[in-house]
Amino acid sequence: MDEQIYQRQSVPSDPGRARTQFWEGFAKGLPIMIASAPFGLLFGALAVDNGFTVFQAVLMSAAIFGGASQMVGIELFGHNVPAWLIVFSIFAVNFRHVLYSAAVGRRIGHFKPLQSALSYFLLTDPQYAETEKRAESRKPVTFIWYLGVATPIYVMWVTEAWIGGLFGNLISDPHALGIDMLLPIYFLGLVMGFRKRDNWAAIVTASALVSIIAYKTIGSPWHVSIGALAGILMAVVVAKPEQAKERN
Amino acid sequence: MSSITWIIIAGAVLTFLTRIGGHLVLSRFERIHPRVEVALNAVPAAVLTTLVAPAAAEADWRGLIALAFAGLVALRFNALTMFLAGGAVIILLRQFS
Repeated sequence: MDEQIYQRQSVPSDPGRARTQFWEGFAKGLPIMIASAPFGLLFGALAVDNGFTVFQAVLMSAAIFGGASQMVGIELFGHNVPAWLIVFSIFAVNFRHVLYSAAVGRRIGHFKPLQSALSYFLLTDPQYAETEKRAESRKPVTFIWYLGVATPIYVMWVTEAWIGGLFGNLISDPHALGIDMLLPIYFLGLVMGFRKRDNWAAIVTASALVSIIAYKTIGSPWHVSIGALAGILMAVVVAKPEQAKERN
Repeated sequence: MSSITWIIIAGAVLTFLTRIGGHLVLSRFERIHPRVEVALNAVPAAVLTTLVAPAAAEADWRGLIALAFAGLVALRFNALTMFLAGGAVIILLRQFS
């Protein structure tokens, strides 16, 4: 991979190009924003239901910015679980980001330190997926582009917590609206987006089988990390040595 | 401050650590071994699949149909179209059957 080469070219040289890149990113962020809207609203409503103030719901969306972990957090809070266990559960649900973080460093390694810190804060599943796809298509991954993706997602995510919190039971029957399936459908779309990569089918099969087994035995949320490691291990095992070599 | 606020702050700090941690560890290495490179390239499919598979295993038949349909749509159309199509199928099935 010639990352180093295009990373150096990727700093926008003039404001016009920077603006174009921001809107290119923004266009990628919009569909993500739409897809995450039901969850943002649902989170705000459930949080207030579980004893959060509207401010706390908004604070959680703004500071954690991770849908699944926020849902787990408010769910446990409703069950009188000790505080440290809630915090630990949020950490466990978000643990998969360690893998994104390690992998995306190759794409955004050229950002300045503060840009970098902000970018890692904004590193959600879809943000990571878009960044990988952008790098794959050989277009420059610049900070401006990255912010363009993150801006609509973040602003609306925080706003939705507020709206959901204000209107409380906006969504009266989540099951009838298929809320439980929307997230899996969305993530399936992200998985399909990487189907041209080497050994995709083998990786997906290993991850799927092991995560299901881990889900039924060890339980959530560890099935994510365990299943992911199985998929990664599969990739390492089936990769041909020469294939691995030409990538470096 | 209430305990909720403290939980949120502690959760946010730990979440940020997961988002920057992998990079901080990996950046200590001068050169990335080809095998590690292969592993990193597998991250998107490997992680994202685990967010789908257990839900599919637990889903009712309506959920499975919605997922399968969305998967087919994804072969030809972009992610948003696929999401809206899958969402429409699950809502219709849950309303009318």
